[in-house]
Amino acid sequence: MLSRVANSIYWMNRYLERAENYARFMDVNYNLSLEMHPGITEQWKPLVVTTGDWELYESSYGEPDKKNIIFFLGFDPNNANSVLSCINQARENARAIRPEITKEVWERVNGLYYKMKDGVEKSVWAKKDPRKFFLEVKETCQLLAGIYDTTISRTEGWHFGKLGQFIERADKTSRVLDVKYHMLLPSATAVGTPVDLVQWSSVLRSVSAYDMYRKKYGKINPQSICEFLIFDRNFPRSIMNCVEQAKESLDTISGHKNDQLNEADKHLGMLKAHLDYSDVQEVLSSGLHEYLDDIQIKLNNVSVAIFESFFSTQNILKRHTHS
Amino acid sequence: MDKISFEGYDTKNHFDEMFDADMKVRPHYELFRKRIEKMDWKKLNFLQHATDRAQLSLGMTFNVYSDNQGIERILHLDIIPRIISGADWDKLEKGLNQRITALNMFIADIYGEQKVLKDKIIPAELITSSACYLKECIGLKPPENVWCHITGSDMIRGDDDEFYVLEDNLRCPSGVSYMLENREILKRTFPELFERLKVRPVHNYAHYLRDMMESLTPIQRPSIAVLTPGIYNSAYFEHAYLAQQMGAELVEGRDLVVQNDFVYMITTNGLKKLDVIYRRVDDDFIDPLVFNKDSMLGTPGLFEAYRKGNIVLVNAPGTGVADDKAVYAYIPKIIKYYLGEEAILKNVKTYICDEPDQMQYVIDNIKDLVVKQTDASGGYGMLIGPKSTKEEQAEFVKKIKAKPRNYIAQPTINLSRVPTLSDDTIEGRHVDLRPYILYGKEMKIVPGALTRVALKKGSLVVNSSQGGGSKDTWVLDS
Repeated sequence: MLSRVANSIYWMNRYLERAENYARFMDVNYNLSLEMHPGITEQWKPLVVTTGDWELYESSYGEPDKKNIIFFLGFDPNNANSVLSCINQARENARAIRPEITKEVWERVNGLYYKMKDGVEKSVWAKKDPRKFFLEVKETCQLLAGIYDTTISRTEGWHFGKLGQFIERADKTSRVLDVKYHMLLPSATAVGTPVDLVQWSSVLRSVSAYDMYRKKYGKINPQSICEFLIFDRNFPRSIMNCVEQAKESLDTISGHKNDQLNEADKHLGMLKAHLDYSDVQEVLSSGLHEYLDDIQIKLNNVSVAIFESFFSTQNILKRHTHS
Repeated sequence: MDKISFEGYDTKNHFDEMFDADMKVRPHYELFRKRIEKMDWKKLNFLQHATDRAQLSLGMTFNVYSDNQGIERILHLDIIPRIISGADWDKLEKGLNQRITALNMFIADIYGEQKVLKDKIIPAELITSSACYLKECIGLKPPENVWCHITGSDMIRGDDDEFYVLEDNLRCPSGVSYMLENREILKRTFPELFERLKVRPVHNYAHYLRDMMESLTPIQRPSIAVLTPGIYNSAYFEHAYLAQQMGAELVEGRDLVVQNDFVYMITTNGLKKLDVIYRRVDDDFIDPLVFNKDSMLGTPGLFEAYRKGNIVLVNAPGTGVADDKAVYAYIPKIIKYYLGEEAILKNVKTYICDEPDQMQYVIDNIKDLVVKQTDASGGYGMLIGPKSTKEEQAEFVKKIKAKPRNYIAQPTINLSRVPTLSDDTIEGRHVDLRPYILYGKEMKIVPGALTRVALKKGSLVVNSSQGGGSKDTWVLDS
């Protein structure tokens, strides 16, 4: 398939996954804020830190403020990662690959665009309770993922989409865990208190992991939560599961002609081995933050390698110029 | 709730497609009238809103500004269809067949032996001075010697009930996706109107388009693509739509590379050869090595690959020469010259400003004429005499005198009118008609067209850039 098109499929899926994650973060965080002391705004700052855009926020708005943060993460056109920006980007990409996707997929992506437009017109961020809006965005993204899976042929393009989706998802799970863990753990005295339980539950809910975690471990426990979100092989949002699924798609795309690995194969394979040969005790004793930071860097390297191997027309021409 | 009625509908001084001058409904509109008069206004307005929403949902939008902050607009689709009788259509089809056959022979001749110039049917300077005449195409012979593969002739019906060709649009005519999607939308929103009317289907267009493209190469299962300037182009929806309907690749110039005079797509799996391109990029921009050097939309080397016969381009470069508005005036003579037949479809009387006596006539009568720039399209660069100010007229006189070759003039023609929904009433609005003609090994015209409608009361300008909308066009079986 055209490299430009593969690139757009990859990014359309990444942006949709990001939009869904952000929409869920907002819903979960809003719920969390209801059970905190009214004066405390702090739970909104870590949310922005999770997304990696705290500096941008601070330079535009200064102090953390609920309404500003909801605007910044949901609707700010100057924040390239806001839900609005993600959905605009997803739609631009969907337009560029219109012949590759079905009418059903296009109409949903397009519908999300108009939903966001409507949200902007109605100033959702200023509403007393914006949860309904973000819940609808999240559900539309999930619906879209379902329609995508049930209407698109399992050809190369579909696998590039999956690759984008899982790399994005792994990145988001690692960031949620990283930030929340650091915010929560220092308060050793609070471990096991009701507030603490609420907070840890919200970490799980941020990545839709609460129910499946409860089923497996029963009790809320920071170490088990880390184990579940990083290493669980069966939960579809754990870093391990995302990397495994991404690898399956990449293997299908690459096809391993003559056993020659491309850069993307190498980087993703190394990341998977890295996860395969570590466990939660080791990670916690050597430093969770460092470990997750390293995972994020590795994920980024995979993404760069995918670009170099499949999307960069310059590289492709270099490899295929007839003399 | 009030039922829809045509009481008070005004047909004075115009040819109306639905009613004659005595407000008697024309036979091919009779059944339609019965159906719509059973409906109430509320429902009609509701259905109109539903079509607006359907267009947005399908993404049938075009950007007004070319950046992502730009406003996206839809081409308003008026829910009341325009109906053409089978007999009218059959005559039109015959006329188009004749006209396109002759125009294609003319283009082939211009880039070949130039007999038409040697026989002085048309002044040679008129051709050599045309901005759309490409010297680079001299001596070329595309497959089957067909040049104009896709034509979208602009037709109008005058007060005399006759169809006229206003423009031939032999370059990259747009709008066919609206012909197709308007039908789909209307079938969904207004199914009860279709019953027993026997509307001829249009949905085979993309199939015929692909067949036509494949007929131009001996290669079995050729690799075909639609070349688009990209997502910010105002017709991008159509480019994507046609690629999808044909199962063709949708490519931009930057997706292509020419090596050893063959054209390749740059794919995740290396280079893949292309055989036929439906290019929706103008001649000037297809290849920066040959034409506009600053073009980012084309692919360097594409024209050389075309010259060598390694890629088929649809339409062939150079067809614009027959689209020149001054050449238009000679088309009846061109038909006679190549086919020995009288033109079936009428031409609008055209004054060529390059001829001194005709220029004088145009200047003397400018307030009654429509003046057009010979190489412009899309409703730009024109003056509508009766609707213009003295200052505008003076400015055009100045322009004409400075460059007479660039201007022609035509009498103002009263376009026919069709009932159109307007603020809870139905009023007549002026329309034109753009059928699409496919020409490969054989000629094919789907029984349908894009009807463009001037939404503003009294306006004669139907272009989408000037406040025009569209209608579904029904060609009846009989």
